[in-house]
Amino acid sequence: MEQVLSWISDNQQIIYVVILMIFVGIEVIGRVPSVLHTPLMSGANAIHGVVIIGAIIVMGKADPDNYLALTLGFFAVVLGMLNVVGGFVVTDRMLEMFKKKK
Amino acid sequence: MAQYILTIIYLIASVTFIVGLKMLSNPAAARKGNLLAAAGMSMAILGTIFLYKDETGAYLHNYAWIFGGLLIGGIVGTLAAKKVQMTAMPEMVSLFNGMGGACAALISMVEFNHLVSEPLESIHHSKVLIIVLGLLIGSVSFAGSMIAWGKLNGRVKDKSFAGQNIINIMVLALAVLLGIYLTLQPQHALLMYVIFFLSIVYGILFVLPIGGADMPVVISLLNSFTGVAAACGGFLYDNKVMLTGGILVGAAGTLLTILMCKAMNRSLKNVLIGSFGGQTTASASGATSQGSYKEISLSDTAMVMSYANKVMIVPGYGLAVAQAQHTCHELEKILTEKGVEVKYAIHPVAGRMPGHMNVLLAEADVNYEKLMEMEQANDEFATTDVVLILGANDVVNPAAKTDPASPIYGMPILDVELAKTVIVNKRSMKPGYAGIENELFFKPKTSMLFGDAKKVLQDLCAEIKNS
Repeated sequence: MEQVLSWISDNQQIIYVVILMIFVGIEVIGRVPSVLHTPLMSGANAIHGVVIIGAIIVMGKADPDNYLALTLGFFAVVLGMLNVVGGFVVTDRMLEMFKKKK
Repeated sequence: MAQYILTIIYLIASVTFIVGLKMLSNPAAARKGNLLAAAGMSMAILGTIFLYKDETGAYLHNYAWIFGGLLIGGIVGTLAAKKVQMTAMPEMVSLFNGMGGACAALISMVEFNHLVSEPLESIHHSKVLIIVLGLLIGSVSFAGSMIAWGKLNGRVKDKSFAGQNIINIMVLALAVLLGIYLTLQPQHALLMYVIFFLSIVYGILFVLPIGGADMPVVISLLNSFTGVAAACGGFLYDNKVMLTGGILVGAAGTLLTILMCKAMNRSLKNVLIGSFGGQTTASASGATSQGSYKEISLSDTAMVMSYANKVMIVPGYGLAVAQAQHTCHELEKILTEKGVEVKYAIHPVAGRMPGHMNVLLAEADVNYEKLMEMEQANDEFATTDVVLILGANDVVNPAAKTDPASPIYGMPILDVELAKTVIVNKRSMKPGYAGIENELFFKPKTSMLFGDAKKVLQDLCAEIKNS
């Protein structure tokens, strides 16, 4: 029990961030017109590509002779980058079409 | 010094994500919002590569590997995103989402292997828990997204077997239990691969039976899963930008999923245990509508439409498949020249994703003002002479109002029956995506115009021009 409580206390900053971000996420998306649902989903998809930061850290910390870590990390970087770049480009392409009609 | 700058970069990037997402919800600012978030992401990536220091104060190494990976991912991602056709957009989003999930799962694997190579006493259980959570959620998201991708482009067929729900829950429960066990006893390192395998199996089983109009909900849900998996990484590295971005998407994605469920009057629980497919097949085989439908010829259609005062076009996935959005716009222009008022009635879940039809018609330069949302459209059907339904089915199915046994019962639909005439363009009498018969087709007001949407619209344009 005490372990759990001290863990919460040690990580309280992170827990605050998580709680506040949940509210921000809900608030930000709450007033979206349904027209923009697809681009928004796609944009959000690109933003969770931030997981690539973790992939870069994994890759950069791996020992140069630990081939398992290097290979897995390398794939993680490639896939994460696909998520980021593909996500933003697809979103931009969708939104480009919205802009044309004025 | 370097780590302070990196902290500030992460702070700025987090703000760009929030502001970017906010701007994405406003049509005028959406594109800038996307670019802003992309700029924040680039800063965060470059900052991490050059400024990140681990606990021992060492900079990252293996730059060749990192840049190689970034380059390959960047080039393939750009090409794929640029080349994909607008109709294939939903499966592309699903595919990229799967990549993110896989990335999170791989990070967890490497970190776990790294962790268990240390002395057992120094392992924090909370760290193992976060790693296992990231692995589980990331793998489910990856496998589920791949199946959703395969389904949307027709490579994977709907499959369900008796008792699948129970097996699904058992697979998931087993993965979770093993995860808890591993958290408490991290020395059983090989269990990590078992959990990975079970999560993949669960992801596949979870999406496989869902064949109905639920697919957009599933993609949105998997999108928020990946967000949470990314946030696990943020927890692990005490990295605020991963945490903010991940949780932000997790929360927003969950809300979007719930909004979509509401629009279709389905509970998230039903979607989660994947019962939609089973119900659908049962009801579709039980309630086959008997009756006859009538066909209408092209020239009659042209006649009816050019003498109408007001025409309402209801686009659906059939329009997207046939790539007929430009021809549809053409028809709209020809009719408008003849003095016919033309509008589009857009159901929120028409197509394979919410807003799918808006994106498609926007590509063809259709004026924004002409797109009516469901409530507006329903007010206008009573004064409409002709409704032309292009490859839409479930969103105009009256069973949603009249038949409590129907799987789509309670979903708001477009009340096309209020109009004087309804013309339905379909390729055949086959049921729609949800696999349900549509009695609308057998109503006296309704006429069927069979054929590929693009071909039919082209012929229709020519016919109206010549008349």
